[in-house]
Amino acid sequence: MSERLRIGNLTVRLGATTVLDNLSLSVRRDELFVLLGASGSGKTTLLRTIAGFARPAAGQIVLDGQDIGGLPPHRRPVNTVFQSYALFPHMTVAANIGFGLRRMDRAAAAARVQDMLSLVRLEGLADRRPNQLSGGQQQRVALARGLAPRPSVLLLDEPLSALDRALRAETRDELVRLRRQLGTSFILVTHDQHEALTMADRIGVMRDGRMVQVGTPVEVYERPNCRFVAEFLGAANILHGIADGDGWIDLPGLGRVVAAASAPGPVLLALRPERLRLETDANEASGANRLHGTMLASVYAGETIAHTVRLADGTDIRIVQSLHNGFGTDPAPGMAVVVSWPAAAGVVLPPDSATPT
Amino acid sequence: MTRLPVLAILWAWLFVLLVLPLGIVLAIALADSVDAVPPFALGVSVEAFRTVLTDPLYRDALLASLQVAGVSTAACLLMGYPVALTIARAPVRWRDPLVLAAMLPFWTGFPMRINAWIGLLADDGWLVAALSWAIGAPIRLLYTDAALYLCMIYTYLPFMVLPLYASLSRLDPTLREAAADLGAPPWFGFLRVTLPLSIPGIVAGCVLVFVPAVGEYVIPELLGGPNAQLVGRVLWAEFFANRDWPVAAALAMALLLVLLVFPAVVRAVFLRSIATERE
Repeated sequence: MSERLRIGNLTVRLGATTVLDNLSLSVRRDELFVLLGASGSGKTTLLRTIAGFARPAAGQIVLDGQDIGGLPPHRRPVNTVFQSYALFPHMTVAANIGFGLRRMDRAAAAARVQDMLSLVRLEGLADRRPNQLSGGQQQRVALARGLAPRPSVLLLDEPLSALDRALRAETRDELVRLRRQLGTSFILVTHDQHEALTMADRIGVMRDGRMVQVGTPVEVYERPNCRFVAEFLGAANILHGIADGDGWIDLPGLGRVVAAASAPGPVLLALRPERLRLETDANEASGANRLHGTMLASVYAGETIAHTVRLADGTDIRIVQSLHNGFGTDPAPGMAVVVSWPAAAGVVLPPDSATPT
Repeated sequence: MTRLPVLAILWAWLFVLLVLPLGIVLAIALADSVDAVPPFALGVSVEAFRTVLTDPLYRDALLASLQVAGVSTAACLLMGYPVALTIARAPVRWRDPLVLAAMLPFWTGFPMRINAWIGLLADDGWLVAALSWAIGAPIRLLYTDAALYLCMIYTYLPFMVLPLYASLSRLDPTLREAAADLGAPPWFGFLRVTLPLSIPGIVAGCVLVFVPAVGEYVIPELLGGPNAQLVGRVLWAEFFANRDWPVAAALAMALLLVLLVFPAVVRAVFLRSIATERE
């Protein structure tokens, strides 16, 4: 896995606001890298800076060993699929896809356009205008147009946000397929954690212009490095505790639980709702850790059911259970219950005061 | 149902101020010229139309007018496009003041401005003195074609800038970014994206300038040379000096016909140019 794009200590300011703050990142060849963050986290600005539309105040953008930070957009071997697609309304689908191929000779460009049309399965629509296409078809034209010049890196700004659910899943699979087929690095921006987890080779979680955590979907979901990542990707129950340094965490008012070893001192324990077990009889409870509580409410959601349990210290904890084993034996509100989990299911996080903001 | 009265007003307006006058002009054009008050006798005679179509005076006046209007329109387009583009790409808070600046001449009456030009271009004015000194030979500006074109362009430029600005400011700036992103240098992006997408504005601007410029009477009369026999002046002469109302009316109808054809031609030319662009 060699490096394709390296971003070093990048700072971008818009007026008085610092949009990207000393951000560093490395994207590998043939990788689908997802930038995940809330709106305002700077992820779109990062994309625009790589494309050349925003000027960095400091830092480098190195693509295949060459610093492209000073080049204008049209000299960067990087293409963008814009959120609004930005198809040229006065050109046909074929002319849109061929726009970036003006340096190729005519026959080769025409052949490339045909390749791209079949790649995105739009062979019959070469002579249509963008306004004669559905949203999903426009999206695929934008994708084909961006891929046609064979860029080193394809940047995609929320490419799925304008699509309905069925089309979204289809396009997502298509992106994954295309990336494998072409060997281009994809950098995709989204605020949708589900999208990020299902598509990405690696995810970079952004917050306030900084990269908070970079890792595979499994890494960022199962081993978040701070409370923000734990709560941004999926749901997490956060309990305050004191670690003793040997893997034990004292939860004041609740008891001692076992987790991964960490440095002694105040910590947060993050528990994914779906990793928790709920029992009415303490003897049946599996898992190393047990907390007693009272059933508050259950919400049925078809394939899962979500329970809320109030612990002894008044903290509410969420438990999500898959319903593949049947339904109807859940404890009623008011009943005493036991929440249990194996030691490996708990993630020890630095306390809020130690989290970079 | 509330639409009906509104539409009725519109139709009445169109009838009284457009259809009826046109009918009267057409009736006069088909009338016989007589020495009386009014100087025509109603009838169905194509004599006036024949005169207009065969006498080279009228044909030359029409062609000269088309030439003056054509050159003025082209000059307005070449000068107005960069202006409109600059305003459309200026920061938002600058756009309204700049549009206002482009329209500022309208705040003074047209006769006042023409008189100002007469003073500015006069033989004993400082402009002529300065230019004569610079060239080293005495020159004239007033009552020449130079003065005519200068003032035509000055007068009609805002009519070109405004529709161009309206069209350019509506373009999605992301399209320019997309062109640059796909490797197009700024000039190429302009030629392939901005320019073709602003064709509706170009057509509107050209029609707004060309149509009134063809029939322009005041500027050639007050600033142009005596040989600038444009259709507006000929019309005036036929009507008021020669009192040949049928010929004047027939000439007016011929002019109207040319002007009706013009926008269609402009549209066709530009639409074909994008059609070939696409291949």
